[in-house]
Amino acid sequence: MVLTIIKYNAGNIQSVLYALERIGVSATVTDHHEKIKSADKVIFPGVGEASTAMNYLKERNLDSVIKELKQPVLGICLGMQLMCRHSEENDTNCLGIFDENVKHFTNSPLGVGGKIPQIGWNNIYDLKSKLFEGVAENSYCYFVHGYYAALGEHTIATTNYIQPYSSALHKNNFYGVQFHPEKSATAGEQILKNFLEL
Amino acid sequence: MLTKRIIPCLDIKDGRTVKGTNFVNLRDAGDPVELGALYAQQGADELVFLDITATVEKRKTLSDLVNRIAHHINIPFTVGGGISSVEDVSVLLQNGADKISVNTSAFKRPRLVNELSKEFGSQCVVLAIDTKKEEDGEWYVYLNGGRTKTDAKCFEWAKQAVDLGAGEILLTSMNHDGTKQGFALDITRTLSTKLPVPVIASGGGGTMEHFVDVFEKAEADAALAASIFHFKEITIPDLKQYLSKQNIVVRN
Repeated sequence: MVLTIIKYNAGNIQSVLYALERIGVSATVTDHHEKIKSADKVIFPGVGEASTAMNYLKERNLDSVIKELKQPVLGICLGMQLMCRHSEENDTNCLGIFDENVKHFTNSPLGVGGKIPQIGWNNIYDLKSKLFEGVAENSYCYFVHGYYAALGEHTIATTNYIQPYSSALHKNNFYGVQFHPEKSATAGEQILKNFLEL
Repeated sequence: MLTKRIIPCLDIKDGRTVKGTNFVNLRDAGDPVELGALYAQQGADELVFLDITATVEKRKTLSDLVNRIAHHINIPFTVGGGISSVEDVSVLLQNGADKISVNTSAFKRPRLVNELSKEFGSQCVVLAIDTKKEEDGEWYVYLNGGRTKTDAKCFEWAKQAVDLGAGEILLTSMNHDGTKQGFALDITRTLSTKLPVPVIASGGGGTMEHFVDVFEKAEADAALAASIFHFKEITIPDLKQYLSKQNIVVRN
């Protein structure tokens, strides 16, 4: 199986590579269009800022490459947010694969709603996908984010922070997770394994 | 719900874990990667690796170590100790660290916090503060591992650093560190309730009740400890089970 990680100007690629290595899988990190298109599976990771990342993808025509992929694609964190329609982070139009929009966490009087960004372990529930096979309802995953994807028809996992939001999305061959499976201990490893078996 | 976090801290010297109290009587405690992996397996939520090596080869040793940690550990980890530039941080993040912590260098040059948060995002910039309550009842900032007193008040500095882009505060009370008499609840609570970023309480955790207090009374987001875990006085699974029973949300 050829597994490709899309190389762009957003962090955490190394962490994803190492996590895959721990479950015995090697991957190629590349921004080469043909190599991405011909892979069996594609991971679209990311830690960073939405508008900078989108600009980078557009300049290299990676935006259209990603949208047209037919094999299973997994977006992680910012990767998932960029697969949505629009992000409030610097008013950015994203790839539009998922119809859901990305909003900023707001209205949290200190001590009531929570601090922003959310940093730490939170549970995922209403799990509705093969991606979560063998992952128990309310398993804890590691999150670091200030923006969230709203609930919608493509929601396959929900998490509650200030309000319920999409901690995972799925449409056709596209999957996205808001949390970091590569840093989410055994639950994260199971989710990565499931993705590789899709 | 977002859980409270339990964070073991590993002091590193020349690439090895050391155990000791207040930087004296250091004993070799083995490979940091193995110990870190053990804690991760036991349910630690994050790890902090604090490099106390003083030699010039430090930088290379540390980046190699960080790379090995990143290969083997499946939870987030922070690296601190002598970081003073964007380049230092870049190397550590490229080798797989999730966050870095800065202390003395940030106090001496606060713009560093700003540079780091702009370059890498606030989420990976942890500001570590060593603080001590003086006879006037105020908490002051100390530098250089607690050896140098400053006239700066802890809250003022923490607030300034958050405004500059620090994403998290690691607060160590020197009055409490090593005492096992409990965390500094007052200053931890002040920072945690008045600042918009998570606060990791450090120093003084000796019993499981102390952790309950720092989460409930001081509203800390995370609690860090070293020797009680290294010397197996409290194990992470026992601590988490206890916290759960006290209705504190933790990851089990």
